[in-house]
Amino acid sequence: MLYDITLSITYEYESPANAGRHALRLMPAAIHGEQRLIIGSLDLDPLPEERFDRVDFFANAVTDVAYRTPHRNIAFNLHARIERTAAPVSLDISPPLSQMAHELAGIRSLAPYEPAHFLDGSPRITLDRAFTNYALDVIDKNTSVQAAVEAIGQALHRDIAFDAEATTVDTTALDAFTNRHGVCQDFTHIMISCLRGIGIPAGYVSGFLRTYPPEGAERLEGADAMHAWVRAWCGVEIGWVEYDPTNALRVGQDHIVVARGRDYGDVAPVKGVLRSYGGQTTNQSVDVAPL
Amino acid sequence: MTLDQATGERTSASSLLGAYHSLAGVPDELLDAKGAVRPVWQPFLGHLSRMASDDISRRFARGDQYLRDAGVFFRHYGEKGTSEREWPLSHIPVVIDAKEWRQIAAGLIQRAELLEDVVADLYGPNRLVAEGYLPACMIGKSPEWLRPLVGVTPRSGKFLHFLAFEIGRGPDGTWWVLGDRTQAPSGAGFALENRVATSRVFNEFFARANVQRLAGFFRRFRDQLMALRGETESRVAILTPGLMNDTYFEHAYIARYLGFMLLEGEDLTVENGKLMVRTVAGLKPASVLWRRLDAVWSDPLELNETSRIGTPGLVEAVRRGSVTMINALGAGILETRALLAFLPLICKGLRGEPLILPNIATWWCGEERVRQYVAQNAGRMLISRALSTDLPFAASGEDVRAGDFICPEGGTLGDWLNSRGEELVGQEAVTLSTTPAYIDGALVPRPMSLRVFLARTADGWEVMSGGFARIGKSQDASALAMQAGGTAADVWVIGGEPTSAETLLQQPGTPYLRSQPGILPSRAADNLFWLGRYVERAEGAIRQLRAYHARLSETDDPASPLVSAIGRFLQSSNVDPAEAIPGGLRTILNSAVFSASKVRDRFSVDGWLALNDLAQTAERMQETIIPGDDAAQAMGVLLRKITGFSGLVHENMYRFTGWRFLGIGRSLERANATARLLAVFTDPSAPEGALELALEVGDSAMSMNRRYAVAISSAAVLDLLALDTKNPRSILYQLNEMQEHLSVLPGAHVHGQLSKLSRQMLQVQTSLAISTPETLTPGALQALSDEIASLSVGLNEAYTR
Repeated sequence: MLYDITLSITYEYESPANAGRHALRLMPAAIHGEQRLIIGSLDLDPLPEERFDRVDFFANAVTDVAYRTPHRNIAFNLHARIERTAAPVSLDISPPLSQMAHELAGIRSLAPYEPAHFLDGSPRITLDRAFTNYALDVIDKNTSVQAAVEAIGQALHRDIAFDAEATTVDTTALDAFTNRHGVCQDFTHIMISCLRGIGIPAGYVSGFLRTYPPEGAERLEGADAMHAWVRAWCGVEIGWVEYDPTNALRVGQDHIVVARGRDYGDVAPVKGVLRSYGGQTTNQSVDVAPL
Repeated sequence: MTLDQATGERTSASSLLGAYHSLAGVPDELLDAKGAVRPVWQPFLGHLSRMASDDISRRFARGDQYLRDAGVFFRHYGEKGTSEREWPLSHIPVVIDAKEWRQIAAGLIQRAELLEDVVADLYGPNRLVAEGYLPACMIGKSPEWLRPLVGVTPRSGKFLHFLAFEIGRGPDGTWWVLGDRTQAPSGAGFALENRVATSRVFNEFFARANVQRLAGFFRRFRDQLMALRGETESRVAILTPGLMNDTYFEHAYIARYLGFMLLEGEDLTVENGKLMVRTVAGLKPASVLWRRLDAVWSDPLELNETSRIGTPGLVEAVRRGSVTMINALGAGILETRALLAFLPLICKGLRGEPLILPNIATWWCGEERVRQYVAQNAGRMLISRALSTDLPFAASGEDVRAGDFICPEGGTLGDWLNSRGEELVGQEAVTLSTTPAYIDGALVPRPMSLRVFLARTADGWEVMSGGFARIGKSQDASALAMQAGGTAADVWVIGGEPTSAETLLQQPGTPYLRSQPGILPSRAADNLFWLGRYVERAEGAIRQLRAYHARLSETDDPASPLVSAIGRFLQSSNVDPAEAIPGGLRTILNSAVFSASKVRDRFSVDGWLALNDLAQTAERMQETIIPGDDAAQAMGVLLRKITGFSGLVHENMYRFTGWRFLGIGRSLERANATARLLAVFTDPSAPEGALELALEVGDSAMSMNRRYAVAISSAAVLDLLALDTKNPRSILYQLNEMQEHLSVLPGAHVHGQLSKLSRQMLQVQTSLAISTPETLTPGALQALSDEIASLSVGLNEAYTR
């Protein structure tokens, strides 16, 4: 599947920022066997004094930019064409849940894709009995890991209301879970917390969702902004499986990966530190057009 | 020699040592297993026992006074927030034989080398995980294993440069390592202060005893930090989390002692991958940071994003090799408690030798076999969080659960171990040796642990010959029962090579000569500027309040025209004269103390104490003073204290750039306040006595009598308080002072021309200089006050933004 993606994120500051430094994780990823980045450009307005590309620990592309002159607005504009080839895993050959601890104990590597990074808490994930109890309630104890992942994802989709107004980027997973509402970020953080609570390594994927559904299909939630979903480790044989709890979907050709990490903190599209006073307003527009 | 023989001539010996005895099953530093005084203690004990008890008290008081005068305190975290407490010195040093010390040193050097290998592997090839020495999940879960630093080789080639080890003597008499401090070890500065205080208590004995000195250790480490800059024209700095940190005093102390800048995260910025200090002379490179800030807080962009005390881009600067961190960001992983379970095997694996000094026996409960062992032996263990980096005895009740432990999620210890075993460690509940403390006129045994410091120098690891001893509060000899309320003692390593003259020349407490050109960070300049302003603002308010209360006691009528005019003037600066010691005045004084506390490394201890004394006196007075004559007297007291402080600063402070910012702040505040005062009190409609009042508040009544033989007129008052270039209370005099300070600041001239700020200054100064008393109408004075205030904005733009 080929897509043309445009993204524009703008910031407007109440009083001019004297200086600013941002780490941008916006460019769709090039992932062997899953996704090909054909062409991509990221333009900034105004032009920053510094711009530097690097790759972070989880192999995500990062563009670091720095401003040293006062500015009142910033716009990040992305254009990319990608080819998405990944298909959802269908055959469940994952181990029973009770085997997970044993499989994990056999892992002797801290490479970025290894499950050792995706257990317990992380910057934006704090485990809580509430998640674990919920997860244990909705799964069958003798189930396979992959079936557990799907069962939890479907249960969350059923029990949690999509509400674009109810939460902010800084809402904790526990708050969103307690109130049973949120957006894709909240769905994703809640599901990660549930999975890790029962010992399944889980991470966060940021990306895009195709804006226009195929004929006859419904438009998916989260298509008008950047999207997020879950990655779960289902044992040595299968490895990572991606699941979108906001839409109760196994991730396939409609999802385009930008960055992967432990939680939102690792993959935030724009992470910035400003020297300024006062508030800011931000706007985001996304268009993901299949070719 | 037995105890009795050791205690010599004076009668105080029996009362001093009578009750001293080893505790059952616990070795003692002073007494050997047979109850005899160890040879290394005998000379000191003999000296002590020859002193009368009131002499001892007098000497202890001398040590305490030194600590107070030096401003040594510790920050206590209580229920009502934090407060500064007196430093709790246990005056009796811990004495250790140099021969024994050499064995400790050898063990700790081996451990330092081992830890360097472990951390280099954890951020590099990860062999320890691949070969099964360390479980991948344990490292992956640790919040101290910092992913942005993985694969980054430190600029210096080494991760560790300065370490501390907490050690204790176990029941079998051998030394054990209780914990490794690799993140940002504190205590070396306190060790120095303990040494100075203790050597003053026992001054004659210390001078003769062959106690190994500390200064050389710091000198060689300082040389090494300077060398780590490499070929660059750059600075070494100490990075502090700021004054709310419990060891901020030590940061300021070490910075002053070694002659390095003390910086906070916001003093630094990163430009094209280079770490720079924001100074009043622009950005200046820094290449070596001795950080006292935990790594996760050091860069909000790549580490903890909620940090407000970090420097965005610092990790990038490290990655690009522009700065050496002491220690490397990420070295905190080595403090993980569970690591103690693996180090003995790792040492054999990596170095082919056993640990010379064992560490406290530790079992990681992530494996079935170990879980069973811990469950069976829980009664003699402490069960705690595997990933905690707290020292065993620093663990809170929340963290440590001994044999009678309660599982937080319900169920038994066995249930908990089975469900969350990989989060837990069991640690042998070791007891520690005791050492004498002087309590109520006698020596009593108290449990003790030592913090020992190691620095990497040009010749490898060097161990400080001494350290920081923690002395337990009670006789409970369980290491982990030592908690808040303990005291600190000096450590005397005695014997070995006679202490060399070279070392003795450099007494502790003597600052090294600054060999780096002094540069002033913008934040420090800003704090000095505001310190100058607040102190002057307080002085103005005190003079006005004194005048107010003096008039009030004459008229006894707050509504009389003159009294209410001063009252309104005070209220315009948020000082309410209805209160005898107004809250507004105390706020100003506290603001001055706050500004001063942020620049303690640039400030004399006497000045700091004088300022604190002033603020505390005002707080105390608030309880008792009543309006009228009483308050006028009280203001007189405060005024003398504040002029004492100003005198200290004026007479004693070195004329470096920081002093100029202090001076600019004072001049600007005084010029501004005087313009406002004159605008109100030389107004023709002002009540009778207003001119005399202006002279009194402007402290110029005597000058008036000398200079003007005529009756007081508004023209004469304006001439004296606004235009007279010889009267330090006049506006023009203060503007001239400011101009002189500004003219020598960096950037006063740009390409041979006056800077924007210099032009602005000249404009204000000139327009006043060509004024006459007739043209200085209340409106003109108000406008002048506004112009002076806007100089503050210009100064901020030019130097301190």
